[in-house]
Amino acid sequence: MGYPRPPWRFVIRAVRQGLSHRAPRVGNVAYFDAASAEPLHPSAREALLAALDDGWADPARLHREGRRAHLLLEEARETAAAEVGCRPDELSFTSSGTQAVHLAVLGAVQARQSAARGPGHLVASAVEHSSVLNAADWLARATGTAVTLTGVDGLGRADTADFAAAVSRERTLLACLQSANHEVGTLQPVAEAAAACRAAGVPLMVDIAASAGRLPAPDGWSLLTASARKWGGPAGVGLLVVRKGTRWREPFPADDREHHRVPGVPNVPAVLAAAASLTSASRERGSDDAALRALVALIRAEVPRTVPDSVVYGDPDARLAHIVTFSCLYVDGEALVTELDRAGFSVSSGSACVADTRQPSHVLAAMGALTHGNVRVSLPRDVRAESVTRFLGVLPPIVAKVRETVRADNASRSAEPPQEVTA
Amino acid sequence: MSRQQRRPRPQPTQSGQSGVRRSTLGRGGPPSPVIGQPVPSPTLTLDALGKKCPIPIIMLAERIGDVRVGQIVEVLADDPAAKTDLPAWCALKSQEFVQASTLPAGWSFLVRRSY
Repeated sequence: MGYPRPPWRFVIRAVRQGLSHRAPRVGNVAYFDAASAEPLHPSAREALLAALDDGWADPARLHREGRRAHLLLEEARETAAAEVGCRPDELSFTSSGTQAVHLAVLGAVQARQSAARGPGHLVASAVEHSSVLNAADWLARATGTAVTLTGVDGLGRADTADFAAAVSRERTLLACLQSANHEVGTLQPVAEAAAACRAAGVPLMVDIAASAGRLPAPDGWSLLTASARKWGGPAGVGLLVVRKGTRWREPFPADDREHHRVPGVPNVPAVLAAAASLTSASRERGSDDAALRALVALIRAEVPRTVPDSVVYGDPDARLAHIVTFSCLYVDGEALVTELDRAGFSVSSGSACVADTRQPSHVLAAMGALTHGNVRVSLPRDVRAESVTRFLGVLPPIVAKVRETVRADNASRSAEPPQEVTA
Repeated sequence: MSRQQRRPRPQPTQSGQSGVRRSTLGRGGPPSPVIGQPVPSPTLTLDALGKKCPIPIIMLAERIGDVRVGQIVEVLADDPAAKTDLPAWCALKSQEFVQASTLPAGWSFLVRRSY
């Protein structure tokens, strides 16, 4: 009668089944920046388009349009919760991964702070995402919370002894450790960190942004954060999971959305697309992982062999399958990214000249790694092996060319006055 | 103490990052100057002030051969990346990073030629 097969049923089926057909890449260009944003998964695209017509209403309202939006939102929540391994009521959708991190850090710290016992302290590894460090810095300035950044080894792996020692100190309010590093791909020892936190009675926030949809979420967390853009969902959707029994208080003006955790109405179509692509990404993980891992291994082996004075960073084995980072001596990262872009390869860099702040990557700095001439290659799921082969072919001459240019510029600039004083 | 009461703000650290304390156990960043030991005097000073990385590293790589093995090259630089990259270069090239010290503008890095 009337509306025989409401489109939202297709949407829900798409979310549940996880569509998996792929659009072929066109042209002679290769996108190698999946760690910033994975290209939109076809299942996300389909769910998004279908839900635009059905999920626009306010899901808090009792009318039919509102109920339909509410149904889609709750379907997305159940799907995402099943993938992440939590209860649906523990999971809230945020407007970004950064917002999820800010809410997790601020809400957990403020819930445990007490005026009588002083501001306390927060522990984070030195290689956390900048959103974690910025939230910590904000707390330090606003509430006087002390911040302890714990060290990492040369591979970028958090030092578990250092982390455990910091966590076991008096008045530790929260500890933060990512599941894997977003710049060098090294997996973090979350199980050991979780054991230390459990022993000390400290909640652990695990930022799974780099690994969500690629690896199962680790155990032992009290709070979990993620960003849909990193697994092939749309931009503007993040996940905040607060495990039952974890003390958490809304850090911003109260709002009744998302279990009183996130201000503002969620973008239901985008949230649904995020959930659909998380399902797809998790299902396709097995086949994608092996292919990406082989290509990353090829890059890790070839770059030091073909590019003189280059170093590959990160753990060779305990790592994310799709990220590889290396630095080339005597090259500036900006020129390298620009030249690679000209040759049809989109990569990112942790070098200072590429950052808005002009500060080198805090991850590379904490590892004691070379920050100039840095390139991060992060392969999307639909990468073609020949793109990687072609990249490995163009890289050595590009590095040689940029080195020549940098040297020539410096020589011509310092030709006039002598630059050194001999003692 | 009431919740509204203003808590004392933490003093900014030397790195200028307000309130953020680096763990002393961390391996990141340049080694701090050794206190109580005489500062070795450099044989050659390279002025890379105002130059962006990788220029300070290029200057060091080009000129370290001008001093004898065991002698010291001083690099003056103010690009923040130099703080990480000079020790990293020394580690990669097996040269000895002696120390970093803060100048009114920028830093002085001492590197001993090892071979």
